[in-house]
Amino acid sequence: MTASPPSPEAGADSKAATAQWEAGPSGGECTVKVGGDWQLSDPVPNWSALLNQRAATDVCVMPQDLGKWDTSLVLFLVHGRAWCVASKHEFLAEALPDNLQKLLRQVAEVSAQKAKPKASIVSPLVLAGSIARKWTGKVTEVVAFVGECTLGFAGLVRNPGRFRWMDWLVQMQQCWVTSLPIVGLVSFLVGVILAFQAALQLRQFGAAIFVADVVGLTVVREMGPMMASMIVAGGTGAGFAAQLGNMKVDEEIDALETLGISSVDFLALPRLLAVTVMMPILVVYANVLGILGGMFVSAVMLDIPVSAYWIETQESVGVSDVTSGLVKSVFFGMAIGLAGCLRGMKCDRSASGVGTATSSAVVTGMMLIVLADAVFALIYNVLGI
Amino acid sequence: MSTTTPASVIEVKNLACGYGDTVILQDISFAVHEREVLFVIGGSGCGKSTLLRCLIGLLKPLRGDVSYFGKSFTAADATQRREILKTFGVLYQNNALWSSMTLAENVALPLEEHTSLTREYRQEIVALKLTQVGLAGSEERYPSELSGGMKKRAALARALALDPAIVFFDEPSTGLDPITLREMDRLILQVRDTFGTTMVIVSHQLSSVFRLADRVIVLDREAKGIIAEGVPAELAATSTDARVRGFLNLEADLTTRHEPGPPSPGK
Repeated sequence: MTASPPSPEAGADSKAATAQWEAGPSGGECTVKVGGDWQLSDPVPNWSALLNQRAATDVCVMPQDLGKWDTSLVLFLVHGRAWCVASKHEFLAEALPDNLQKLLRQVAEVSAQKAKPKASIVSPLVLAGSIARKWTGKVTEVVAFVGECTLGFAGLVRNPGRFRWMDWLVQMQQCWVTSLPIVGLVSFLVGVILAFQAALQLRQFGAAIFVADVVGLTVVREMGPMMASMIVAGGTGAGFAAQLGNMKVDEEIDALETLGISSVDFLALPRLLAVTVMMPILVVYANVLGILGGMFVSAVMLDIPVSAYWIETQESVGVSDVTSGLVKSVFFGMAIGLAGCLRGMKCDRSASGVGTATSSAVVTGMMLIVLADAVFALIYNVLGI
Repeated sequence: MSTTTPASVIEVKNLACGYGDTVILQDISFAVHEREVLFVIGGSGCGKSTLLRCLIGLLKPLRGDVSYFGKSFTAADATQRREILKTFGVLYQNNALWSSMTLAENVALPLEEHTSLTREYRQEIVALKLTQVGLAGSEERYPSELSGGMKKRAALARALALDPAIVFFDEPSTGLDPITLREMDRLILQVRDTFGTTMVIVSHQLSSVFRLADRVIVLDREAKGIIAEGVPAELAATSTDARVRGFLNLEADLTTRHEPGPPSPGK
């Protein structure tokens, strides 16, 4: 019996792969004759189609006009051998070409490996335990990294000459250059949106001038620091993680450690301090652009003179309001730097590891910013600022 | 008595390759025959890897033609090119295993892309290929969990996934110790003997050249082309070109223990 039809794709000079079953005398040893060209890309016979509910028996495989062959023939024979082994019968392949026999011996264990243990159901207790362990490990990692950074900073204070000031300046420049346009645009638009929203309500009471109060206070206390830090987290923080992650993959961080150089002092600290210093500066810039956005809408849409808007802003926004936003921004900067450097330095040694570290740095950074903002809101509330 | 010349599987005619206006190689012509192990050797910067990149289509030749089984690869349209690409596998210098995938996924990807085999069948082929290179049971491991030699073997398994007629190797000895290198050489020969695969190997590992090569072509940076072609042992012994003899006999020089010279006068 031929187990498969001829290949429709076979060329003029190629013969379809065949496997024929010939029963032996008195139901004894059977012969399977394999022939034709066996190519993975063409339809080839398979053992189960050839068997067709036959009774188990010894099998002798013989080549018959066998042409080109590849892995498809090897797999066919592996299946045949597994069938014989399962039914405790002989599988005789001595008539096959030597190289094919050699390969068959080499892959003897393939079929044995097919049965893989099924994943067992994990009990909720074990699951909870493993999650707790995972999170404990993560928290320990963060605490250790913060500790290392603190020690590094203490070392900087004791011995400022050893700090890599040039790296720090370069990082500040990069943070500034990458963030400036987008922070400016977003802050201006936030000012515009706030002014529109406030005007909708305040105009009903003839109090359109108080748009300046709403925009000024909201931008200076919340939106300025928040928007600037979100943008820096997405740009600079992600950049830190990608940069350090690549260094980890290329074993550059290992090279530092084996030279006895602290990778935290050398790589993380300049970045961390750069973003911490740059954040308040960017927030001042964001505040100015946000107020200008509100002023633009008020002047063009609400007919409020620019001078009146400016005087109202000066009266409503106090030094403490500006300071509260700037103080927060320092901590936001630290959060961004910590998240970016930590994720980068702990990333897996693979391309996907770098990608995961980068997105994780952004998510962690933003989460920390929101958390810090909530804490500051509470503190300011208690202090009456 | 008539002798039959083995069929050419690769034919390179008047090939010139380089980057931008810089010509690295010019007027390169040679053929690779079925089941042959051909080494491309030469000093650093002579254009070995550039030639390989031209052969496998990663670099467009400046002039000339590369053909596989009589079909031009250089002038092929997208469909023909895809068909030709299926006929060869490549083992890259740094293995180029996809780090986000397991070994099984790495080896299975060419099968998924180029065949309509069932998932179970593909899995069996993957297991078989990994067993063939000595990595049985490593299906679920990631490249980052492997040693240099294991990565090399995994990359070979991926290159062999489609049972290609030709396999290109770019510096297969990179990062391997002598024992692993010998094992890799044995594996290359075994694949050739089992499947009749044609091998084109870019290397400067002389021990492998003498162990494996049916033929070598020697490239030279100054000449920007082939300066010798032939059986390595014969070239080493009989070449009239001092550069070729010097290169091929280098290993003997390096492995010869030099006796300390006479004490310097005055000591």
